[in-house]
Amino acid sequence: MIIVFTSKGTDWDAKMDPRFGRTDYLLFYNEETKELSHIDNREVANQAHGVGPKTAQILFERGAKVLITGNGPGGNAAQALKQMELKIFVGAGEMTVREAYEAYQRGQLAQGA
Amino acid sequence: MKLAIASGKGGTGKTTLAVNLALHAANSQKVVLLDLDVEEPNSGIFIKGELKREKQLVRHVPVWEKEACTLCGKCSEVCRFNAVLKLGKHILVMPELCHGCYACSELCPENALPMQESALGRLRHHQIGSLDFVESKMIIGVEMATPLIEQTLAYAEAEIPHASLQIRDCPPGTSCSVINATRDADFALLVTEPTPFGLHDLSLAVQTMRFLKKPMAVVVNRVGIGNDDVFKYCEAEDIPIWASFPHERAIAELYSRGETLYDKVDSIRAGLDAILLQISKLGGGK
Amino acid sequence: MKELVIISGKGGTGKTSVAAALAFVAENSLIADCDVDAADMHLILKPDEEFAEDFYSGLKAEIDPAICTSCGLCQEICRFHAIKQVDSFFSVDFLACEGCGYCFEICPVKAISLPQQNVGQSFISNTKLGTKLIHARLGIGADNSGKLVAKVKKDAKRIAEEKGLYYILVDGSPGIGCPVISSLSGADLVLFVTEPSLSGLSDLQRVWELTKRFAIKGVCLINKADLNAEISAQIRDFLSREGIGLLQEIPYDEDFSRAITQGQSLVEYAPEKWKPRFEKIWEQIKKELK
Repeated sequence: MIIVFTSKGTDWDAKMDPRFGRTDYLLFYNEETKELSHIDNREVANQAHGVGPKTAQILFERGAKVLITGNGPGGNAAQALKQMELKIFVGAGEMTVREAYEAYQRGQLAQGA
Repeated sequence: MKLAIASGKGGTGKTTLAVNLALHAANSQKVVLLDLDVEEPNSGIFIKGELKREKQLVRHVPVWEKEACTLCGKCSEVCRFNAVLKLGKHILVMPELCHGCYACSELCPENALPMQESALGRLRHHQIGSLDFVESKMIIGVEMATPLIEQTLAYAEAEIPHASLQIRDCPPGTSCSVINATRDADFALLVTEPTPFGLHDLSLAVQTMRFLKKPMAVVVNRVGIGNDDVFKYCEAEDIPIWASFPHERAIAELYSRGETLYDKVDSIRAGLDAILLQISKLGGGK
Repeated sequence: MKELVIISGKGGTGKTSVAAALAFVAENSLIADCDVDAADMHLILKPDEEFAEDFYSGLKAEIDPAICTSCGLCQEICRFHAIKQVDSFFSVDFLACEGCGYCFEICPVKAISLPQQNVGQSFISNTKLGTKLIHARLGIGADNSGKLVAKVKKDAKRIAEEKGLYYILVDGSPGIGCPVISSLSGADLVLFVTEPSLSGLSDLQRVWELTKRFAIKGVCLINKADLNAEISAQIRDFLSREGIGLLQEIPYDEDFSRAITQGQSLVEYAPEKWKPRFEKIWEQIKKELK
């Protein structure tokens, strides 16, 4: 399964980014191949409108099935993500990416709407 | 004459002035008052008239017709607001983000995104004597005020062209909705208070009106609570002050109860007369 | 880190005065002034604008007259009446243009470009208190999409993290549109500053409807509370029905205007009167934020 994190950096020790649409980076972890890749989202964040939904589209194109983030997406993005049958886990805003993944595995993160 | 009553700062007394000026002026001429502060319209608190008409106002947003769609993705490509997204075999439209440009709809090769009506807000047209009062209120969740403001202005143009004085109660601030509300007005009356906040925001409003090349004058409210920097500013900038209203707790109390002032407070009526005199000198109103 | 967002719906209720007073008593904190359309915090906090950044938001169409063949197609399709024509010369009405890019897509000779616009500036400043103020200034007629507010909040979070600060106090935007939504997003607690007038109550109710969608806890301060006992009671009823905690009622006090006239916060202007009151309010807020 492909898990996506909203983060401020590009590796496991990077801090999570609590925001969704305007997150700095999107980190994709493929649980089968154990590969970690990323996308720089700052160009999207630079747009004025519809940033959340645009970011959601990127998740779709990468086949992400689980999103781990801080606050959770805003209304418009949430709509887009619901369409994608993607599971959202929130509350990891203050952790590192590694800590967030571990918390997710232990069932310690709340599921978002 | 189309008079826009605006202010950089909220809470300076714009609506109070607009309402009382409209009611007072309506004693001697045909007046129309438009409440364009569509996110938080409040004039209706002070004016009770006969409801002449109520209209649900709409805007247009695209709706996806799955059967006709070939999933070419052109719609998602052309939308600058990310309101139309292609998610695999699904086209998701987010109406909150749509600006109504029709690009996706008209550029779709299969006509799979026809534009349909979507609720924007409601307009109410009241009448009391020779005052026509139109108030528009945006529904909660819609993010952009400008379409509603434009439709309200168009309504007034079409339905109430006979008024000699049109007063617009504008939204506060200097952003796009204020620009829309004041763009084609003949004159801008800026309401402020004699404090640093009032002065700072007045200077922003003045900049905005100069940018729009609007002739303007100032009304100072609650004189007595601050200092006279606002007066010095207007003198230095060569902006006439048409009236000053004193700060009186009694006035604040009347306001809090939703009561009108022009018929109860002499100093207010005198100030309104001064404003109406200036308007008639400009050739507007009677 | 905890974020408190202070909003009012209606202007003139004393929101900024309250936010500034809290800035003076709150420990371990910084302020984000998200009222970017008419930012006023700086008049009290006297920031030095140490770091300034140009802010770009929104697109506007531009027609290159050297390439344009005057076919008029752009004018035909523009829904915002933003294409002007003088003789055979076509140009874009800057104010009317929404930046949708339809004309850009349709121009047969690619004469139209869509540059992003410099519509303001964002700042990171030191205040006269020695704390940080994150603020911004939006240019005239700018599209207030909430992006600049998002930038201010983002910088606020970053600086708070760098400095190890725990509380972010946000002076929010008025109304119920995009900037308020952006102000509210990510908040841990919302403080409503209202006044007992029919307009104040009505605007409070509307902005509460918006806040409910974010499922954020709310508390309230009634300012100028003795101006109208009946409406104060109505507000109390409303708060109680909706589960919004009433922190305090502040009687009408000319100090609010007098303090800002001196460029001071209430707590500076008359500390014996206001410091204990706001310290108490801050304690109540901290309890809610736990």
